[in-house]
Amino acid sequence: MNNRIAIEKKVLSANDRLAAAIRAKLEEQRILSLNLVSSPGSGKTSLLERTLGALNSTLRIAVIAGDVQTENDANRLVKAGGRLVRPIVTGGACHLDAAMVTRALDQLDFGHIDLLFIENVGNLVCPSSYDLGEDMKVALISTTEGDDKPLKYPAMFRRSSVLVINKTDLVGLSDFDVPRARDNALTINGKLRIFEISCRSGDGLQAWYEWLIEQAAIKKGRPS
Amino acid sequence: MHELRIAQAVIDIVESEITRRRLKKITAVGVRVGALSGVHPDALSFSFEAATMETPLAGAKLVLEYLPAKAKCRTCGRPFEVEEFVFLCSSCGSGDVEVTQGEELDVVYLVGE
Repeated sequence: MNNRIAIEKKVLSANDRLAAAIRAKLEEQRILSLNLVSSPGSGKTSLLERTLGALNSTLRIAVIAGDVQTENDANRLVKAGGRLVRPIVTGGACHLDAAMVTRALDQLDFGHIDLLFIENVGNLVCPSSYDLGEDMKVALISTTEGDDKPLKYPAMFRRSSVLVINKTDLVGLSDFDVPRARDNALTINGKLRIFEISCRSGDGLQAWYEWLIEQAAIKKGRPS
Repeated sequence: MHELRIAQAVIDIVESEITRRRLKKITAVGVRVGALSGVHPDALSFSFEAATMETPLAGAKLVLEYLPAKAKCRTCGRPFEVEEFVFLCSSCGSGDVEVTQGEELDVVYLVGE
């Protein structure tokens, strides 16, 4: 006889369990963790290069850099001064998951990190479903993309806490309208903290660095 | 394909329940998919069929329950349906809202013996 058997189990419960374990481990050492997401080419690696260059002597920064193929991003970050950089090559998966991050973290000494960046695979769709144990998602868009990006990928912008608009040095060379992009983003998520920067010119980066220092201090339980 | 990994996660749960409950044959799997879960129902159905081909679960039907996005405004307290992913209160326009439905991605039930 065919019975209906109630299960009520989250599909991503395995990933969620691993993510919770990561979160707990990072909490123990009060490490601020940020999951960087964007379309391919928005500037995640450039932002991390700049951040490492500016803050490497102020904060102990670790980076897990994920890509479908190559360790190019991780290598760029080591060249930029990253001392704790671990690559993840997914070999096909379009997003990082908690299992991959767990394995990468096993290679890092937690006692000596203030700030962990996880550079996700360039993709605004799939990574939104996978909790990596991070404190916050930081979403990037650039001024060479459409300013309706947040409306087109609402799940990702909804789940992010910060939006970085990169390539402000190229405003005017496309139809990207910064105020419209801000409005669109805030329609999807009224709580987004927004930074406007250019990794190439350096504009706007000071505010980003100050925010990172402040957030890392808050996480450590120290007055900023 | 992303939904293939989700389908595989569903299959993993079903297989673990089959073992745990000593089930012999599954004819249907009920899955709840929220509008904000990032999962496309059609792609999930297709992936499930592909992933169960030539396995003991072949032929089991994936029954999807799709849940629209709903939220509650923290400013005026009113609940509303989220249209077109616009997370602004339909009564007062505030952006300070809390999602109450739509992020679900659950295996709800199995039909079998």
